[in-house]
Amino acid sequence: MADNTVPTEVVFRILRFDPTTDTDPRWEDYRFPCPPGTTVLEGLKIIKEKLSPTLAWRSSCRMGVCGSCGMFINGSPRLACNTQIAELGGGVVTVAPLPNFNIIRDLVPDLKPMIQAHVEAMPYLIRDDADEMARPTGEYWQSPHQLEQYLEFSYCIKCGCCMAACPTYATDPHYAGPMPLAQAHRYNSDSRDGGFNQRKELLSGGRGPWRCHFAGECSRVCPKGVDPARAIQLMKRQLVFDYLRLWKQPCPAPLAKAPAGLKRRDGIPEAPPRTI
Amino acid sequence: MRDQGLWTWHLVAGVVILVLLGLHMTIMHLDEIVRVFSPSPGEPIAWANVMARGKSVFFLMNYVLLLGAALFHGLYGLRNILFELNPASGLKKALNAVFLVGGLALFVFGSWAAWASFTVARGA
Repeated sequence: MADNTVPTEVVFRILRFDPTTDTDPRWEDYRFPCPPGTTVLEGLKIIKEKLSPTLAWRSSCRMGVCGSCGMFINGSPRLACNTQIAELGGGVVTVAPLPNFNIIRDLVPDLKPMIQAHVEAMPYLIRDDADEMARPTGEYWQSPHQLEQYLEFSYCIKCGCCMAACPTYATDPHYAGPMPLAQAHRYNSDSRDGGFNQRKELLSGGRGPWRCHFAGECSRVCPKGVDPARAIQLMKRQLVFDYLRLWKQPCPAPLAKAPAGLKRRDGIPEAPPRTI
Repeated sequence: MRDQGLWTWHLVAGVVILVLLGLHMTIMHLDEIVRVFSPSPGEPIAWANVMARGKSVFFLMNYVLLLGAALFHGLYGLRNILFELNPASGLKKALNAVFLVGGLALFVFGSWAAWASFTVARGA
């Protein structure tokens, strides 16, 4: 039986680029012993610690939550922290920055276009009751069924893997891309939101879902199991029905005021004061 | 807003094509079963049968509608393919103009041909 505690030697082939000295990215190989259970992110940390201190990448939570460490690993966009070296099937581990973005340095892509499109998608609740939004006095009604309409899309961590996998975004820089469109749909399908008409500025023009060919790569590579391709198709349907006047956004969910005259049970402390 | 409308009409044109092209295929290839559109003996493209259909206002509308739907559907699809090559803004405007003028010209020409065959059939 193989001893699964003995480090095995791995080779990382990393695309390096320093804008101050390089004109083009170049591949560099790093060979080092790697204990079982090592993730690609940990491999990069070993390289930075022992072999190449100038190696640059983004990472934060190391548990697939923050979405910082999206990289192009062995030909597929993945989270480096969520990818075990062992699951890559042996051989050389190739690591490059996410495609479809400019490179800032080494494995750091310039995600500004994605973030800009995300901002244009207005990824927040849009309602008329600004006072209630600023100083909440209760909660908005929402049934479990209404929650399910958008819950899946709210798991997006904005890692950019879907944008890197999208063949349309690769060739058409004007296309908003799967992440911003899926997030626009996430808020459009939230029963508490009333911002469909404002988001149409982005969605109904040339940057909107019409450019999507439904290749489905965005959904295949999403590390959180979100299905942006589905969101885009649902959005297309919503926009077509909207154009044909066959659909109208319902009024945003009403406020459920906190019931008055309730007495706090003994032993339950008061909530701490608001900090924001 | 513009693409939302164009895309919607693209889908509508697709449905129209599905129905009218289905009707066309039925008339042309299932004539043994559907003799109603080819009342004379012989092939559906026999002169007598073509004239019989040509007299009908229903078929005149059918031809014009199918022509319009097919032109819009095809040209909008081609425009989308070309736009994905990411042409410059000026070229995009030029392509839009070419497709609009070319599409309208083809539609007018095709409609005129349908109307001409309608009047010939009525006069025969």
